[in-house]
Amino acid sequence: MNPLKDEAILDVRDLKMYFPVTRGLLRRKVADVKAVDGVTFKIRRGETLGLVGESGCGKTTIGRCVLRLYQPTSGSIFFEGEELSSLSESKMRRIRCNMALIFQDPYSSLDPRQSAGSIVGEPLKVHNWVGSQSEYNDRVEQLFRLVGLDSSMTDRFPHEFSGGQRQRIGVARALACEPSLIVCDEPISALDVSIQAQIINLLEELQAGIKGLTYLFIAHDLSVVKHISDRVAVMYLGHIVEITKSRTLYENPLHPYTKSLLSAVPIADPFVEEKRERIILKGEVPTPLNPPSGCSFHPRCFMATPECSQAVPPLRDVGAGHQVACIRV
Amino acid sequence: MPSIPGSEAYSSDKEKSMAELLKVENLKTQFHTEGGVVKAVDGISYHIDEREIIGLVGESGCGKSVSQLSVMQLISTPGEIVGGEVIFEGQDLLKYKTHGPEMRSVRGAKIAMIFQEPMTSLNPVLTINQQLTEMLELHLGMSKKVARERAIELLGMVGIPSAHNRIDDYPHQFSGGMRQRVMIAMALSCSPKILIADEPTTALDVTTQAQLLELMKDMVERFKASLVIVTHNLGVVARYAQRIYIMYAGRIVEEGTIKDIFGKPRHPYTIGLLKCIPRLDEEEGRKLVPIEGLPPNLINMPPTCAFLPRCSYKVERCFQEPWPPLKRLHDRHYISCYANTEEKTGEPTER
Amino acid sequence: MVEKHTSDIGFSEAPVRASEWRRFRRVFFERKLVTFGLVVLVLMVIAAAFAPLLTPYDPYELGDAGESLLQPGGEHLLGTDLLGRDTLSRLIYGARTALMVGFISVFISGFIGVPLGIIAGYFGGVINMVIMRAMDAIMCFPMLLLALLLAAVLREYDVISGIWVVIIALSIAIIPGYARVTHGVTLSIKENEYIMAQRAMGSSNMRVMFRHILPNAFPPLIVLVTMQLGALILAEAGLSFLGIGIDPPGAAWGAMVWDGYRYLANNTALWLSPGIAIALVVFAFNMVGDGLRDALDPRLRGLL
Repeated sequence: MNPLKDEAILDVRDLKMYFPVTRGLLRRKVADVKAVDGVTFKIRRGETLGLVGESGCGKTTIGRCVLRLYQPTSGSIFFEGEELSSLSESKMRRIRCNMALIFQDPYSSLDPRQSAGSIVGEPLKVHNWVGSQSEYNDRVEQLFRLVGLDSSMTDRFPHEFSGGQRQRIGVARALACEPSLIVCDEPISALDVSIQAQIINLLEELQAGIKGLTYLFIAHDLSVVKHISDRVAVMYLGHIVEITKSRTLYENPLHPYTKSLLSAVPIADPFVEEKRERIILKGEVPTPLNPPSGCSFHPRCFMATPECSQAVPPLRDVGAGHQVACIRV
Repeated sequence: MPSIPGSEAYSSDKEKSMAELLKVENLKTQFHTEGGVVKAVDGISYHIDEREIIGLVGESGCGKSVSQLSVMQLISTPGEIVGGEVIFEGQDLLKYKTHGPEMRSVRGAKIAMIFQEPMTSLNPVLTINQQLTEMLELHLGMSKKVARERAIELLGMVGIPSAHNRIDDYPHQFSGGMRQRVMIAMALSCSPKILIADEPTTALDVTTQAQLLELMKDMVERFKASLVIVTHNLGVVARYAQRIYIMYAGRIVEEGTIKDIFGKPRHPYTIGLLKCIPRLDEEEGRKLVPIEGLPPNLINMPPTCAFLPRCSYKVERCFQEPWPPLKRLHDRHYISCYANTEEKTGEPTER
Repeated sequence: MVEKHTSDIGFSEAPVRASEWRRFRRVFFERKLVTFGLVVLVLMVIAAAFAPLLTPYDPYELGDAGESLLQPGGEHLLGTDLLGRDTLSRLIYGARTALMVGFISVFISGFIGVPLGIIAGYFGGVINMVIMRAMDAIMCFPMLLLALLLAAVLREYDVISGIWVVIIALSIAIIPGYARVTHGVTLSIKENEYIMAQRAMGSSNMRVMFRHILPNAFPPLIVLVTMQLGALILAEAGLSFLGIGIDPPGAAWGAMVWDGYRYLANNTALWLSPGIAIALVVFAFNMVGDGLRDALDPRLRGLL
């Protein structure tokens, strides 16, 4: 329905982000934390890609690499055709006008000493996006209305808002320079249940209203990710183990980790719960400092065979854009 | 490793005529702050039967945790329990002195609690052994040696591998999920009658959360105890609880069995909650219906229903009369609402 | 407040506009000694500002014969010194010297130390190492000793003289204090997501450091300034007691104590009055600093 739908706005290829672990006075490198270890995915213009996984799986790191808040160890990131990881810092600053970040914590992500209006207007100033003071004021008020805030609240300070309202301020700030890509890093997990839906709907309405607005939606809550995303990528220990349309994810999950993750999420309906199969995984997520050999999921996997520990399974297409990294499927 | 769903729990819940274990009547807890008096818990009544799992559901600040801390008499200044009764084994716990010997013999021993934060609820400078055996020696008068044996047994029960090697470790040597297991072992150490789990898995990952909830359910069955799950997650109670209390602004607004609440929710808040959460099995393109507005500020609450400003079912009577008392719909299903929500269930009116 | 909003469904019962200022005042004035300190300081500032109007005599005017070393009482409320100058008048002018040294030094050192601390904390790595080790080096010297040394050097080469020697010397001596506090505060502010947000929107480092980190570092810095003012006035008194600082006939409390020290037994007022003034002011600054810390430090919020 959208002519631009097939154009990849973001193309991440074999992205690796290792954080060195140093020790001693001389900061000798002793090991690497392989936060992201060879991740490849594309996001088409106007779609929402969900990135889901448990803490430490590298989903936040990917989001930050995309904005180049971290300098990736290797791999490339193409944003609107431009390769980001080799750009100079000043060129990158200009590009950041077109991409924005929404944070998890609506408390620490807003400067407590700035008024709400100046928080929202900050990107406009940074990028000289407006010509005059009156244009600036108009834009800030327009942004406030866009996210459902009263434009008379611009001179209030963050602590005078509720969590949901603060998150709206965060969204307004992200929208300020009309970015084409917004990385939403757990934007609702710090909010109350009844407020979460307000923010989800706001994000959905904005996407419906602003042509070509693309989201990389990072969260640990599978039901939220599935709800908002067109496609979902499931991550485990720095790898994407499965990417598929969000509908297929629930109906036909292929990777054993996806299956157990799905089954671990309870559905608020006892009639459905009664019939569901529950897969309770053994153990806990290993440390990315020393991930298991081969498929990093194999020690916890209920389908594992000896071959699983041999080599990292590649992500392969099993039809209709459904990709999975498992040799047993 | 697929395991058996807990379906027998609710199918049998009618037949077993279960004795009431704990009965809370009109409990009120307030906090005195600079801005005024916060009525954190404003007259709630509930009960737990023997070997029952109940869920206490609500958003942050609705008083669900405070109500449980009040039962345990763990409220400290500026908080204060200002009224009500907590009847346990025929005695009103609120009549006991907070730090008196009677209360101490109940707290931790007969009613135990598991807290949300696995990182801070264990003392970092004591070994697991020291923390576990302390309870056993104190409440059950075990000798050091016997207590240690028992502690190892408990750790094994909650699924800590090679417990006898790990018992002398310090909390920081355990992962978050393992610490929460230790907490469960500690809570169970004196074979309590009631286990209160206050958002036990919120800080943990989904798969760990599933492991721990499954463990808790198995453990209370094994110890013939009752479990109170305090949570904001409707899915968790749908999976594990038999009866649910929905709390809003310090009060219980709806109570019933899970089939009542999820099958025929009747309070506007419950209806709203179920419509505003995304579900894994939802159809594509389903729109969430958020509950408009914000949870109320608990200072200077109006006498009318606290949900009124956000309610889409409100009737004339709601504006004139004080907060409605819980009324019985049928059997064990109660709501606190004047409006007739029955016909409209399914499509709340647009404002 | 709450009722006013209930008509507006979307924002009903929004948190009441928090009265930060009211909380600040309550905590600040909770302790009597803090209030006392504030009163002392206000009086001192007034005295220093309106010194010419308040002093009964010209502090520099030499007395006639027979007016030397008068005991308190009579025409000279606190007596006179060897040269017959009125002690009370010199005491009031001494307040001017003390405050001037204090405020100017704090300003100069803050102007240098705060940016150094922010830069070190924000960038980390080698820059941090160089700046903070340099600060450590300065801190190795006791403040008074460093000031003495600097004063000697500055005077020797005739760069500046008089009170400015003391001001420059003390300023340099307290730069590390600012740098260290700012450094620490910057490290913790840096971890907040709003700093990450600034970088994500493409703000320059300068903007992040001075538009966002600096304002958030103000509360601890205000406390530090207040505490240091007391220490600076004490140090100034010490230096002028040792004969460094304001040139005669200028009035400084330390020098006055030194003058009176020679008449320890028979003219108590001469050394005791500047002594008490020093003690009182230092105590007052410390108390106000304490009060500010309690009222501003967010870590204590909620506990009070």
